[in-house]
Amino acid sequence: MAAAPAPDTPARPPRESFRAGVRAGTPFAIVGFVLSLSFGVLALKAGFSALGAIAMSAVVFAGSAQFAAIAIVAGGGGVAPAVAAAALMNSRFLPMGVALAPSLPGGWLRRAAQGQPVVDSSWAMASTGGGGFDRWFLFGATAPQYVTWVAGTAAGALGGDLIGDTDALGLDAVYPAFFLALLVAELRDRRSRGVALGGALIALSLVAFTPAGVPVLAASAAALAGLWRRREPAP
Amino acid sequence: MSAQLWLVVAGCAIVTALIKGFGPVALGGRELPAWVGGVIVLMAPALLAALVVTAALANGRHIAVGAQTAGVALAGIVLARGGSVLAGVAVAVVATAGLRAVLG
Repeated sequence: MAAAPAPDTPARPPRESFRAGVRAGTPFAIVGFVLSLSFGVLALKAGFSALGAIAMSAVVFAGSAQFAAIAIVAGGGGVAPAVAAAALMNSRFLPMGVALAPSLPGGWLRRAAQGQPVVDSSWAMASTGGGGFDRWFLFGATAPQYVTWVAGTAAGALGGDLIGDTDALGLDAVYPAFFLALLVAELRDRRSRGVALGGALIALSLVAFTPAGVPVLAASAAALAGLWRRREPAP
Repeated sequence: MSAQLWLVVAGCAIVTALIKGFGPVALGGRELPAWVGGVIVLMAPALLAALVVTAALANGRHIAVGAQTAGVALAGIVLARGGSVLAGVAVAVVATAGLRAVLG
């Protein structure tokens, strides 16, 4: 099943949107299980206990940030560098949160809480076009991904000895392939393909000069192409 | 597990919650100018493309091409032909592991 974007009409009842989100999020949840399995194995190698690894997945629930933090810890880094690396990897959620903001009702605390289920796949699939988001679809798409993320971490942390070398098994390819599946669903026209190319080039050009996380955040500048209006066909 | 690692868990949880909550709190409830919609729509391809290339090609601060890169490229072919996310990821994993087994 390919990534199914939310339809352009967000007027569905919340329960229906939530269920549609769950269905759309399930394939990503299965992939997330494999990804978090390798996180559980690597966290133990970095010195975490099984409980610590599972707790991290339960309260952080952000794959790239978790991998970045344990990589710093495994390399002998302290608390501040590990947390800073996680913050940088998560910095892409700033523009995502800004984009989502007008679609979230309620007071500031409620809006902050509704921002927590944002993960890359749910955010991308919940877009209704024109800058709007179906929040119940987003919540539904995140729900199965959260469950399998924690479950996969537990399986990796508790059964890591059975899994062995995750790189030899090719599990390090799960993460980029996961995002590639989301990207392919987004390449709807020439403009989005051009922006994707621009974002990729910006990120690659910064890899050698900036800490991990900054290249991805900077790539969001490619979306400024949206400031140029499309040429409307002559009537 | 050391107290230091529990601090890493707590610190990551706090910064993640603050980052995810910032946009909705700072801008929630306000109508954004119309032109912002055109930028927001293009945010996903920009960010996702950056995530793909940095995950597949960046090794620390170096660009590196290896078995994983080839595996992800094959997944791209499967996905571009309409394959599912599960099929794409499976191809990437099998190809990466197979190449490593063959090339050592």
